Amino acid sequence: MSLLALRDLRATLGGVEALRGVSLRVAPGEVVGLIGPNGAGKSTLLRAALGLIGAQGSRSLGGDPLERLSPRDRALRAAFLPQEREIGWPVSVAALVGLGRAPHRAPGAPMRAADHAAVAEAMARMDVARFAGRPATQLSGGERARALMARALAQGAPLLMADEPAAGLDPAHQIALMATFRALAGEGRGVLASLHELGLAARWCDRLALLDGGLLIAEGPPEAVLTPELLARVYGVTAHFARDDGGLVVAPRDLAR
Amino acid sequence: MGARDVDGAIWQAVAVTASRRHGLLLGGLAALTALLFGASLLVGPAGYGPGEALAALWRGEGQAATLVMREIRLPRAILGLMIGATLGVSGAALQGYLRNPLAEPGLIGVSASASLGAVVAIHTGLAAAFALALPLAALGGALVAVLAVQAMAGGFGAGGGGVGRGGGALTLILAGVAVTALAGALTSLALNFSPNPFAALEIVFWMLGSLADRSMLHVQLAAPFMLAGWLMLARLGRALDALTLGEEAAASLDVSLARTRWLLVLGVATGVGAATAVAGAIGFIGLVAPHLLRPLVGAQPSRLMLASGLGGAALLLAADVAARLVSPHDDLKLGVLTALIGAPFFLWLIARTRRGLT
Repeated sequence: MSLLALRDLRATLGGVEALRGVSLRVAPGEVVGLIGPNGAGKSTLLRAALGLIGAQGSRSLGGDPLERLSPRDRALRAAFLPQEREIGWPVSVAALVGLGRAPHRAPGAPMRAADHAAVAEAMARMDVARFAGRPATQLSGGERARALMARALAQGAPLLMADEPAAGLDPAHQIALMATFRALAGEGRGVLASLHELGLAARWCDRLALLDGGLLIAEGPPEAVLTPELLARVYGVTAHFARDDGGLVVAPRDLAR
Repeated sequence: MGARDVDGAIWQAVAVTASRRHGLLLGGLAALTALLFGASLLVGPAGYGPGEALAALWRGEGQAATLVMREIRLPRAILGLMIGATLGVSGAALQGYLRNPLAEPGLIGVSASASLGAVVAIHTGLAAAFALALPLAALGGALVAVLAVQAMAGGFGAGGGGVGRGGGALTLILAGVAVTALAGALTSLALNFSPNPFAALEIVFWMLGSLADRSMLHVQLAAPFMLAGWLMLARLGRALDALTLGEEAAASLDVSLARTRWLLVLGVATGVGAATAVAGAIGFIGLVAPHLLRPLVGAQPSRLMLASGLGGAALLLAADVAARLVSPHDDLKLGVLTALIGAPFFLWLIARTRRGLT
């Protein structure tokens, strides 16, 4: 059973075809990186997969068609971190992370021990526990990003979908984030994250899906997707490639001529 | 995992402390509101002593004091309480939905349209024909405003319309501004062509907002609508909390954005429409009450609504008592007083926010 299965997904945004028939699966235990240049359709794919925007094609979460899931069931199966790092009010970081527990609680019911434990674990994983009592709006950009990631983790869904979760993080926290994704995969959960950091994508993802112009250009293990030819064609860059015992090393070098 | 369970226990303890503090805040606000409700019953030109006034409320029919208490002061106090609460809750809900601390209940065009309805009733002479014509016309105006705003701002509710990037909130504000402008223009037109100077004066005075000379009939008319408004807005707490994360994240949780907006607009329109229908336009309460109490509830929109309702009731009762104390003989209009106190106070709040926050 796949945590996420998209078949021939098509979406139009403002008269422009943003997705032109993309099929993708995420299985339990997998970290899948969604890569591609700006405007390739990565965010649209994530939004469409959750039904946040209209789309044609079949979408299923945890084996059931998206249309048959209530919003609550959907939230219990997939957590989503949008690209916009919005925090509307100066709520405490602990309260912000606690918002991820909403689908687990009846309306009006207080947080229970399990909710508090999930919040504590998510804050520890994203290294924001020491900010727990501070207003989330006072954090730096990277700290906010981690607090919002912790919110998505606290949701405890089998599938985590994140739109550029590594953007704005320092190298240590980028690596810690990817290690957290791996740890989630080790627990049998799945991750689908859009990434611009090709080095992180090469080293930490089981599989990469390369989008360009709303089409899936390549899909497979990092070695198969991150090739000099594809990087030149899709991104217009050359890169330095190497291998060590941790896997593939990719560092973009210059614009391709 | 053991260590994290301990962490969880710590945060649970922190949350329990916070909710105890919140309970204390609500208790304090409720006590303050009750106190001011009592003051509203006891202050007036008739000059009864407190004991005499309260005893008159329970005593038999026919006496002058009983008549004054039951027919003049009690409806005034009840309306002050309920209208203040309505403005406070509506302001908190609107600010939460729009994620903007400058939002106020009049923003979506309800106050202006309710006023227009009332003005039309005065202008046509309908208001003089039977007592409830004016509030009913005002309620009708509020209803038309809701439908117009939803028709203009709608579109992403049905089907897979999608989450605009902040578009939902933005279109609502724009539609509200358009409806407010149109209602204002039509109100000016009615003033322009008012049949006689007295009608024009009546219109202007009514628009200033007041609780004077309202009867139990007004309470009976407005109370059910205000209660219905509260009930609708009370169901929004969870959605408003989730909207702290933005519309997209809220939609990916278990929040239906379309349902949220319908409940919000209908709730605000029903409550504020009824409030405006019996008391005219009373500004600043819906803006200041949530703003004042936000820091005391940890900025959580769900907790803010009840606190802001109580705070709004306290503010309006206090303003109404103050209006009676400041000028016992000339009827100082309540809306004038709330604006006179509210505007400088709001400026001070803004200055403090600029100093204190990021």
